[in-house]
Amino acid sequence: MSSVLPPARRVWWKEPVEKIELVWIGLAFIWALILFFMMPYWHVFGKQNLSNEAYRISPQQFQAKTQAMVDQYTVRTETEQSVPVVHPPAGSDIYLIARLWSWWPILELEKGQSYRLHLSAMDYQHGFSLQPENVNLQLVPGYEMVVTVTPNKTGPFAVVCNEYCGIGHHQMVSRMYVTDGPAPSPAPATEDREE
Amino acid sequence: MAIAQTFRTDPRTGLQYDLQGEALIKANAVAGVVFLLIGGILALLVSLTRWPAVHLLNAEWFYLTLTAHGIDMLIFWIIFFEIAILYFCSSTLLRCRLAAPRWGWIAFGLMVIGAIMTNVMIFQGESSVMMTSYVPMQAKPGFYLGLILFAVGALIGAFIFLGTLVIAKAEKTYEGSIPLVTFGALTACIIAVFTIASGAIILIPTFLWSIGYIEHMDPLMYRVIWWGMGHSSQQINVAAHIAVWYAVGAIVFGAKPMSEKVSRLAFLLYILFLQLASAHHLLSDPGLSSEWKILNASYFMYFAVLASMVHGLTVPGSMEVAQRRKGFTKGLYEWLRKAPWGNPVFSSIFLSIIGFGFLGGISGVMMGTEQLNMLIHNTLYVPGHFHATVVIGTTLAFMGLTYFLIPSLFSREVAFPTLAKWQPYLFGLGMYVFVLTMMGAGTLGVPRRHWDIGFAGTALPYEFPGAAYLMLALVGLSAVLAVVGGGIYILVTVWSIFLGKKLESGARSNRTTILRMPVAEAVEGYGGGVGVLEAKGTFTLAMVFLAAFVLYYFINWKYLSEVWGLS
Repeated sequence: MSSVLPPARRVWWKEPVEKIELVWIGLAFIWALILFFMMPYWHVFGKQNLSNEAYRISPQQFQAKTQAMVDQYTVRTETEQSVPVVHPPAGSDIYLIARLWSWWPILELEKGQSYRLHLSAMDYQHGFSLQPENVNLQLVPGYEMVVTVTPNKTGPFAVVCNEYCGIGHHQMVSRMYVTDGPAPSPAPATEDREE
Repeated sequence: MAIAQTFRTDPRTGLQYDLQGEALIKANAVAGVVFLLIGGILALLVSLTRWPAVHLLNAEWFYLTLTAHGIDMLIFWIIFFEIAILYFCSSTLLRCRLAAPRWGWIAFGLMVIGAIMTNVMIFQGESSVMMTSYVPMQAKPGFYLGLILFAVGALIGAFIFLGTLVIAKAEKTYEGSIPLVTFGALTACIIAVFTIASGAIILIPTFLWSIGYIEHMDPLMYRVIWWGMGHSSQQINVAAHIAVWYAVGAIVFGAKPMSEKVSRLAFLLYILFLQLASAHHLLSDPGLSSEWKILNASYFMYFAVLASMVHGLTVPGSMEVAQRRKGFTKGLYEWLRKAPWGNPVFSSIFLSIIGFGFLGGISGVMMGTEQLNMLIHNTLYVPGHFHATVVIGTTLAFMGLTYFLIPSLFSREVAFPTLAKWQPYLFGLGMYVFVLTMMGAGTLGVPRRHWDIGFAGTALPYEFPGAAYLMLALVGLSAVLAVVGGGIYILVTVWSIFLGKKLESGARSNRTTILRMPVAEAVEGYGGGVGVLEAKGTFTLAMVFLAAFVLYYFINWKYLSEVWGLS
């Protein structure tokens, strides 16, 4: 037994280090530097970064902003609960509410266009999980996160809650649509988008 | 204090136990195993519920069980056992009396009361808040109070460890510096003090909030400070189980560190940088800047990852050198082929090292990368990762140590030796499959802490790919295997301790014998720059590890580059 005994030499810190260890430490250190620099590198050259934009906001304020978007850009409703499907203009600010236990409203976006997506939780913490893209963000009540999203594929996507939020957590699932162009069945407000 | 000190010298290992310290080591280890048993039963219920074809519990019980499983395993089982390890690494390894044994019993009492209180609160319902108990979701006040009492007990235990180091130094029971294993335990202890302080800063106000004394808890502030405890407590485990790795290397092979300096510096890096890793949990949160995330989540340039990679080389490396000294020198791996694979002390540790590095380490760095975190945050990948670190890394290492402690500490023969021989493989390999399939399901987007990924009864359900269901079935199957393995561990341990054949417990004396530096060995000893690549096999294994690491890391960047643009 030796690792359980005091070091064999009293002045152990002056012993030279094994060569194999030095080589490995060197390699591991270089790798650690690469790991580190990949993150700033991706901020400059990558297209998938989380924005640093966030605000304190009350649930009421966030609700009001979302309601304004829904009033202006709803194109249809879905499900028995008549959840509005909103097709906002490209480049605009869009809002998604997470609350016990639903997402509101359903957003319909256009492929290749960018939107400023505002996310917030009304009550408990929730998790925004976009499937099958598998992009996952944490939503914290009292905070509004703003992420610029640019969908690069069309289709129906699911929004799943992946932060445990109580007994109805597993029922908190909704949709997000990405279409190839502007809303096919224009409802009141698509005046700034013409085919 | 006029307590007569009595010591016992274990005839099999020569270790010297302070009888009062010994009783405390036993009590804490046994309490740990009791919570492992409870946590293990809960683990079975949780994984059989997540197996879609079985879906055992209803939603309410599932969330309740999952909360209790997390807390019983991650906090109670592991910390009770760690307190036992702290006492062992101080009083036993340094051959001195344990400081303030009466305080040790007070600490133990507080921990037991706290652990029972929190469990009672959870099982009464209305406290299914998960281990993280994110505000503003609220548990009953007793839930937080139990955790606080437990933490106070653990803190007293940490100070008893430190006090024992002072006694050993003052009474000159050892020569030179403390052994590497004790140094590792000291690292764990220092991190524990930091961890418990963070826990107090967040849990005490949360408790006051739960009784209505404080009106508002900011949920983001809660997350930041809670993870100062939540992640750091896992770093106690890392330091503790790596100390156990070194200890087992010494016990089984007579191995000593390749270089004292390197191994100790690596432990020191943990103290300096591991706590920053708490930021990993906040990478997809609003309101924290990228600069803050990158600096912290990289453990400040990945110095702690570097430290783990160093231990990953030096622990098996020291075993290899010791084996080669014994004549197992053929090729790269004769030393490993001829290792005592039938000895559960060794096999547990080897499976622990490989699983911790390849499964826990690589996945941890991947998910701890600022942007890559978005691919896995809150998916089943996360528990996949930490079951690799905490179950394969920590629990399996502690199991291996137990097989050594049964004869040495409890003076009993290990019962059911054949079962004990196969136990690490059943448990360890079961967990390997469990972890891999959990991470697989997470990669497919399956959320963690989720009762029904079929979304039955919802208006707009999402259908996860069939592969996700297959993965979850494998998670359930492998969990059954691992639980059987864990059950065998508990059977062997409990049977041996209470009903096993008694062994000669050794001479008693009220004097200590001094722990001397191994002078004779030092003459022909290695360490100190032999200058040849003596641990060739380990080095090759390390290169395989690095290649897997690099490959997996960049594959994930490739995945990330294909998702929606985000900025």
